[in-house]
Formats: sequence, structure tokens, C-alpha cells
Amino acid sequence: MSAFVGKYADELIKTAKYIATPGKGILAADESTGTIGKRLASISVENVEPNRQALRELLFTAPGAVQYLSGVILFEETLYQSTAAGTPFVDVLKAGGVVPGIKVDKGTVDIAGTNGETTTQGLDSLGARCAKYYEAGARFAKWRAVLKIGGAGGEPSELAVKQNAEGLARYALICQENGLVPIVEPEILTDGAHDIKTCAAVTERVLAAVYKSLNDHKVLLEGTLLKPNMVTPGSDSPKVGAEVIAEYTVAALRRTVPPAVPGVVFLSGGQSEEEASQNLNAMNKLEVLKPWTLTFSFGRALQQSTIKKWAGKKENVAAAQAAFLARCKANSEATLGKYGGAAAGDAATSESLYVKGYTY
Amino acid sequence: MASATLLKSSFLPKKSEWGATRQAAAPKPVTVSMVVRAGAYDDELVKTAKTIASPGRGILAMDESNATCGKRLASIGLENTEANRQAYRTLLVTPPGLGQYISGAILFEETLYQSTVDGKKIVDILAEQKIVPGIKVDKGLVPLAGSNNESWCQGLDGLASREAAYYQQGARFAKWRTVVSIPNGPSELAVKEAAWGLARYAAISQDNGLVPIVEPEILLDGEHGIDRTFEVAQKVWAEVFFYMAENNVMFEGILLKPSMVTPGAECKDRATPEQVADYTLKLLHRRIPPAVPGIMFLSGGQSEVEATQNLNAMNQGANPWHVSFSYARALQNTCLKTWGGQAENVKAAQDALLLRAKANSLAQLGKYTSDGEAAEAKEGMFVKNYVY
Repeated sequence: MSAFVGKYADELIKTAKYIATPGKGILAADESTGTIGKRLASISVENVEPNRQALRELLFTAPGAVQYLSGVILFEETLYQSTAAGTPFVDVLKAGGVVPGIKVDKGTVDIAGTNGETTTQGLDSLGARCAKYYEAGARFAKWRAVLKIGGAGGEPSELAVKQNAEGLARYALICQENGLVPIVEPEILTDGAHDIKTCAAVTERVLAAVYKSLNDHKVLLEGTLLKPNMVTPGSDSPKVGAEVIAEYTVAALRRTVPPAVPGVVFLSGGQSEEEASQNLNAMNKLEVLKPWTLTFSFGRALQQSTIKKWAGKKENVAAAQAAFLARCKANSEATLGKYGGAAAGDAATSESLYVKGYTY
Repeated sequence: MASATLLKSSFLPKKSEWGATRQAAAPKPVTVSMVVRAGAYDDELVKTAKTIASPGRGILAMDESNATCGKRLASIGLENTEANRQAYRTLLVTPPGLGQYISGAILFEETLYQSTVDGKKIVDILAEQKIVPGIKVDKGLVPLAGSNNESWCQGLDGLASREAAYYQQGARFAKWRTVVSIPNGPSELAVKEAAWGLARYAAISQDNGLVPIVEPEILLDGEHGIDRTFEVAQKVWAEVFFYMAENNVMFEGILLKPSMVTPGAECKDRATPEQVADYTLKLLHRRIPPAVPGIMFLSGGQSEVEATQNLNAMNQGANPWHVSFSYARALQNTCLKTWGGQAENVKAAQDALLLRAKANSLAQLGKYTSDGEAAEAKEGMFVKNYVY
């Protein structure tokens, strides 16, 4: 049961390590066409290709921002898009030292017989698609599995955990066969009234199952990244401080993630921009041994204020890019445990981004 | 016909009752309490594990069953009597300053309840030496039905009450040794059983105040190369950790006792300490969560010097866990031979033990050199088909 060491092994290890560079993190800009439509709708912008292209160009060319990014996750459409001036996005990113990544899953579907639990689709022809994406310049991939904490049903069920863990493992191995570092994302939604201890127990249970599957499938751990949720109370429960979240989260990771994994790139879920940075910062300040880098892979928590400031208007691009730079820098500092907090009066960054029953 | 009689049997519900019976039998939605471990001994377990895994120290394994201890005594011409076992164990626990290098001692049940000829309890001597007493709790290996001539480890029956009693007597950690044999496969069944048994034992131990040492020994026997050992070790540890997680074992309160990753004893390709270290550390990095405080290697038939050199090679860089030793033969061999059962040799024998203990202490710190090691200490101690 040794790990799979194919022709891309060295490159995978190198890429994964680079993405996990302390001081850098990932911009998750892989919103599907449907989801990005919601973002655009929130600023009354039409969901057409030029607008989607304009938003992503705003982000990728923001002056000074890319130095804080080691990777960007793209949606398929974006991987093949260019700037208005005609430079392919992948080239813009590479020139800035940013590794292009690609979302490869095909969304979730319900598992019949469960209480609304899901599995993630996308394994069919995944190998061929990954090879294609590699040719287009992608060097890492992402696949999001979703689990929820239920009440009377005791979710997540054994079936849902197993199914999602196995899906992640198959995806991960196929990626490695085709030169892409798999980001393994078992997201446990915050929806619910459970306390932080419950979230911790479920997170530990899920991560143990995920790593069991990865190991059974001979995935090369040194060439992967983990994208977990932070351990927090449920969305309907009283909030707790960043230090508490940090302690529970790091404890959960220390119990489940082998040191061979170079980096843990957190998802932000529905946390506000400021919350997400504060939590990441607190984790990196904890004086306990963490053999993997703890960094970010944020979507909403990097883009929210930026999108609002842009509002679809050319004249706002500079201001929007400045907002984006500020969040990138904040999170970069958070990975080093050096984040000092948002500027006073910056209410936008504290806006909660939680959406109940959020579908990606 | 029998089946006709069964159909008329009165225990089957009458048709009119079916609806009611089915409803009554329908499972109510269960509030599955997410088991968040909060055991009564949690803090103590964490503290004990940390103490045993302290820098520069390791474990003296002296838990040979009476039968096995008999073999040791026989090798120096001594009869296997309680008095001789008492004399030998007394010799082992009393060298002055042993606690500088030894943080824990694994005892056999007899020894846990034994005293010296002067009436001093062995456990009390250990406490004075600042050595944590531990206890072997498994009941040995027996054939595993349905496997490829492999074994499984017994000992779960009544384990909780036994461990509670051992805790009362002063033990603070436990040890359970199961084995996996590469020449015999190992079969999926044998690996699963080994891992599951360890997980159950670990959970029960923590429940009763004892830090479990988790020991799935991958036997040295065989002609296989180091890559094959590596492969099997990765499988075994993946299973062990998964089942321990399922059993809600608290990883901050356990210790591991793995075998190092080496070629089989009969493989013609040997490995240097650096190669052993390389493979073994890779295994640990891929399988051991950082929450585990200590990894205390078994020596499994390596010579005293080999066992020290390999440990030293593993400690040339910083590790996320304390990487140390839990040696029996590799600590006791020269000491035993030096004693030879003679009272006048006790001091020399204890000096020999201290020498090995110090060497391994230095190896734990990555500072050992083999200059000045005696030839005897380099003698291999592999015994084919070794029965503990």
C-alpha cells in the first residue's frame, strides 16, 4: 500500500509545497456560472460573459495583490479566458507567481434514503478532463464534498461520510495521475444549532474517514492540500472568540492530518471577511506544533467588499482593487500570526456572509 | 414438515397485530450524541504520556512473561523460579540514576505485585527512580481462524477490571503487542483484527486511567525487502489510526510502539541506519497525527548497537513527535550476560544496563556515536519465529 508515485510525483510535491508557502494563500474564484450570477445580481450586474470576465480581470490584475497569493482556483470558463487586452488569465497569474487551479467537480446531488445528505459528482472522464486542464496551464484542482450536522437524524450518517470520503479519494488519485495537485475539501456546513464541541467531534470523524480513504487509495499525501472548514459553533448558536475557534480547529487537525500534508487551506464558509482573517490569525498564533502551513482558500471572504465597491462600474475598479489588496494582505499577515485587525469604520469587512442552506 | 410447524408457531404475530407490531418496532429517530471524549482520566493521561515522551528518555521493556523470562534465565544457566525472576527484575530497576535515561518500565503482572528480598515494592522503587510503571495487559497470540496461518492477540475479556486493579497498584500505562507477518501475507483479515483489537484495548485503557502503548509489531521474519515492509507498515498504521478514531481514542494520551522499517531478517539486501531512518520517518510522516506525543520503537531482534544507531539516525532533525525507544533485548542483553546469576556481578551488570540506557538516551537526542562500543553489543539477536 505504498503511495502512488507516477510521473508527476516530484512536480506535485513541489507545487503543493509552493502553494503552502507561509505568507501566501489561495483565492477561490471558481464560482460556477450560476453562482457568480448571484454575486453579480447582488450588485445589479447582468450575468453575461464580459461581466464575468471583467470581475475576474479586476481581481487578477489588482496591483500588489498577487504577491500574497500562491494559487487561484478557476472555473472552467475562466481557465480559457483572457484580459480585455488579450492576455490569457493563466499567463497573467503565472507571471505573478500564482499557480492556476481548476474546479473539477460537477456539483452535489442528494443521496437517496438519507435526510437530505449529498454526494459530489464528477468522476466520469475526470482523468481526460484533468489532462486537458493540465495542458491549459492548471497545476492543481479542487473538489468540494459537503456534509451537514443534523439533529434527530444524527447527520452526517456513516453512509454520507464514507461516500464523500471515497469520492474525494478517487478524485485525488485521478488528479495525481494527470499532474494536478488535488485540494481535498470535505466541507461540513455551519447550518444548525449545535455547539463547537459537536462540530469538533464531527470534523475529527470526517477527517479520519477522509484520510483513511486517501490512504486506502494510495494517494501521495505530500502532493495534496486539505481544504477543511474551521471548527466553529453552528450558525444558530452563540458565537465564540477567535482563540476558541483556533484551539478547537488546530486540535482537530493535530488529531487527524499527518505531517506529510504540506498545507491546510481553510474555506471561509459564511464567515465575514474580518472574522475569517481573525480566526486564521489566531490559529497561527497558537503555540503548539503545527507541521503543516495554515493558510486560506477564501472565496466570499476575499471578494465580498471588492465586489460591492466595484458595483460593475469601470470608474470603481481602482477602489475595488484596493479593497481586494487589503484583504489579501490581511490574510497573508494572518498566515504569519501578524494580523492587527481591520481599519476602524470598515463595516463592510465585518458583514456576515452566511446564507442558510447555501448551495454553491 | 418442520417448516409447516414453524409457520403455525405462536410466536409469529397474528395478521391483525401486524400493523401495531411494525409500528412498535419502527426505529425512532435516534439522537446520536456526538461522542466528544471527556474521560475522567484525560488530563492525567496527557500528562503521563508527555512525561514518558520526555527528551533524552525512553522505555525499558521488562515485561517478559514467565515462560519468556525463563528462556532468558536459561541462557545464563539459571532455573526459572520466582526468586530468580525477582532477583533479575530487582537488578534491572535499581541502578542509581537510571531515571535520567528511562522514563517508563513495562512490567509483567507478577512484577507489578512483587517486592525485593528486602520487602520494598518494585513499583515504589520505580517511583523513586522517577520511572513510570507500566503493565503488559495482553494475553498473548493465538491462531487466527480463517487466516493464512496468522495470529491474533487475546486479552479484551475482563480487561477493564484488570486495568482498574493495575491502576490501583500503581501502573499508569499499559502495553498490548499484536503481530503482523509479511511472509504470511499479511491477509486483510489479520491486519484488520490486529488494528481493531488495538483500538478496543486503547479505548478501554484510557477509560481506566492507563496510557495505552499501541504495538502492532510487523515481524522481522522474512526475505522481503524494505519497500515491502514500507508498504505493509503504511497499511497497518492507516488501519490502526482509523479504528482508534472510530473507538474515540484520545491521541494526546497514547504512545506508539512500532517496528522500524527495515528489510526482512533473511533478505540479502541490508539497509544502513540512514536508509532505515529515511523509510521509517517517511512512514511516520504519512501516518502519525502530530497529536501523538511519543513514538517508542521496539527493537525486535536488532543488536543493541543497531537499535541505538537506527534510533540516532531518526533523530538527526526535528520531528513532530518524540521519537524514542522501548527496548527489551536491546537494553538487557549484555546486562543479563554480565550478571550470569552471580550476586558479585550485579554492579557490573547494572553498569552495562546504564551504558545501554545512556547510549539510547543520546540516540534520542541525535547525539550518539558508536565509538567504544563492545563487540558483544553488536551481536544480532534475531530469533526466527520468535515467540515472546
